[in-house]
Amino acid sequence: MRYFLRRTLHAVFLLFGVSLLTFLFSALTPGNYFDEMRLNPQISQETVAALRAQYQLDRPLPVRYAHWLKAAVRGQLGFSFAYNSPVAPLLWVRARNTLLLTITATFLSWLLALPLGVWSASKFGRAPDRVLSSATAALLVIPDLALALGLLILAVRTGWFPTGGLVSLSFDELSAFQKIRDLALHMALPVTALVLATLPMLIRHVRASVAEVLDAPFLRAAQGHGIPHRKLLYSYALRAAANPLISLFGFSVGTLLSGSLLVEVVMSWPGLGPLLLESILARDLYVVIGSVLFSMIFLVGGNLFADLLLYWADPRIRAAASAK
Amino acid sequence: MQPLLKVENLVKNYAAGRSARSKDKLAALDGVSLSVLPKTATALVGESGSGKSTLAHCIACLEHPTSGSISFEGIDLAALDEDQLRLLRPQIQLVFQDPAGSHNPRWTALEIVSEPFFIQGRFTKPDRAVRALQLLDRVALSRKMASRRPSELSGGQKQRLAIARSLALEPKLIILDEALSALDCSVQAQISNLLLELQSSLGLTYLFITHDFRMAAHLADQIAVMHRGRIVESGPAENILRSPSHETTQALLGATSRLVESPGVLVHA
Repeated sequence: MRYFLRRTLHAVFLLFGVSLLTFLFSALTPGNYFDEMRLNPQISQETVAALRAQYQLDRPLPVRYAHWLKAAVRGQLGFSFAYNSPVAPLLWVRARNTLLLTITATFLSWLLALPLGVWSASKFGRAPDRVLSSATAALLVIPDLALALGLLILAVRTGWFPTGGLVSLSFDELSAFQKIRDLALHMALPVTALVLATLPMLIRHVRASVAEVLDAPFLRAAQGHGIPHRKLLYSYALRAAANPLISLFGFSVGTLLSGSLLVEVVMSWPGLGPLLLESILARDLYVVIGSVLFSMIFLVGGNLFADLLLYWADPRIRAAASAK
Repeated sequence: MQPLLKVENLVKNYAAGRSARSKDKLAALDGVSLSVLPKTATALVGESGSGKSTLAHCIACLEHPTSGSISFEGIDLAALDEDQLRLLRPQIQLVFQDPAGSHNPRWTALEIVSEPFFIQGRFTKPDRAVRALQLLDRVALSRKMASRRPSELSGGQKQRLAIARSLALEPKLIILDEALSALDCSVQAQISNLLLELQSSLGLTYLFITHDFRMAAHLADQIAVMHRGRIVESGPAENILRSPSHETTQALLGATSRLVESPGVLVHA
């Protein structure tokens, strides 16, 4: 319990630091949302100054941050200049869409990476392992952007998949089953792009960790006691190799999130990615900070989850934590 | 008497290098024949790289030999399928050189010794714990040690634990693959005495792999000397120690006595 508490505290502290840095960096970037208005001869300088004052952009930075933080704790993340609405509800919808992508992609890529990596390790150095390793190496060097664009071209040429968006225009008129099918079809491309982008790295890590323990005498001993081969691989070797992989899980959530930002923009998925890009270009300050903060919450959440998994999976960590 | 273990003309080749195209083979075992009588201790002595461990792994069915045959109690091991082999495996147990790697670092000593029962599905749950404690008793590990993890045990204790685990399924043959090499002298002596005591009380057969003639002399009735994948000399321990005929044996014996600086130890055994 104290282990969990310490981890959570750590996460909160991390989020606080990130919010401060994002705030600082975005506020110190030259130019703001109203600069464009200032160039517009139809809007008077007084109006611009009044707007700036209304959004408190004329106040000193520490005051603005304190103000924002106070609101943020209550779940209010400021006001979007461009959308002329509070940031939080805007972000919720986008964040939900991004989560839909990344959670599905995380789940799928690990579901594929574990058996493939273990299988590769069990054939270490032999033909099947070498073929798979070459394949992952090849996938690893293709940039995510090229991957996403390639899939998009495939979708356009074949017409099998919709080329963008979350759902079809006629979504509301569909039956429940058709709705699920429509959503799945729309998700197929971005999820595939994300999975293909992370899968090679995951497979390689799983393969390396499992291959390392596979020669350990204690696994040989279990084999000598007559353990079935499949059980040896999945129940013994994989578990013995699990710790670095669980830590990698937290990391993979991060990679998928940053990959997701790109894929969303390319495939026009209405997630945090396009919103972040748009708001950066428009200097829509609070939306930028909010988007980054949401991504960070997911990332920290993923790592927190990995820590919990580690605690659950390794009796040594449990024992050490309860001894304290 | 019928031998417990009979190895005939065993060959094990490894592909040299990792390149698939390379046709060069590295012969780890180059026609090894060996027979071990029940309830004896045979020492397999040789320098590192002579193929001792490969032989041990082949006998324990952890590796498939390239050619040749291994029979255990008259059963040809190569002829068994996976399921039959699984039933036979408990008969042949291996104790490894590396005390640290021999145990799953996540488990306690008690879990480690009861693992073979789980794998073979023997006994009920409470029974397993009782038997595991008895096994720890056998190798003189106290109750206090039962809840410890390998990282909290000394090298000697880890090796005792490994021996306890190897005894769990009541094997006939125990292969000790350099099992004492990583331990210091006094612990070596304690464990080798434990091994001798277990042999006489349980009627075990040992195949004792070592590069150390002193250990071989102390523990073994028979000695076989390996050199470059072949057995170059074998026979009763005393004969080999008194009048080594092959130059490898002479070289190894010379090295041992120089280290000990008292050839008397060898004669004494």
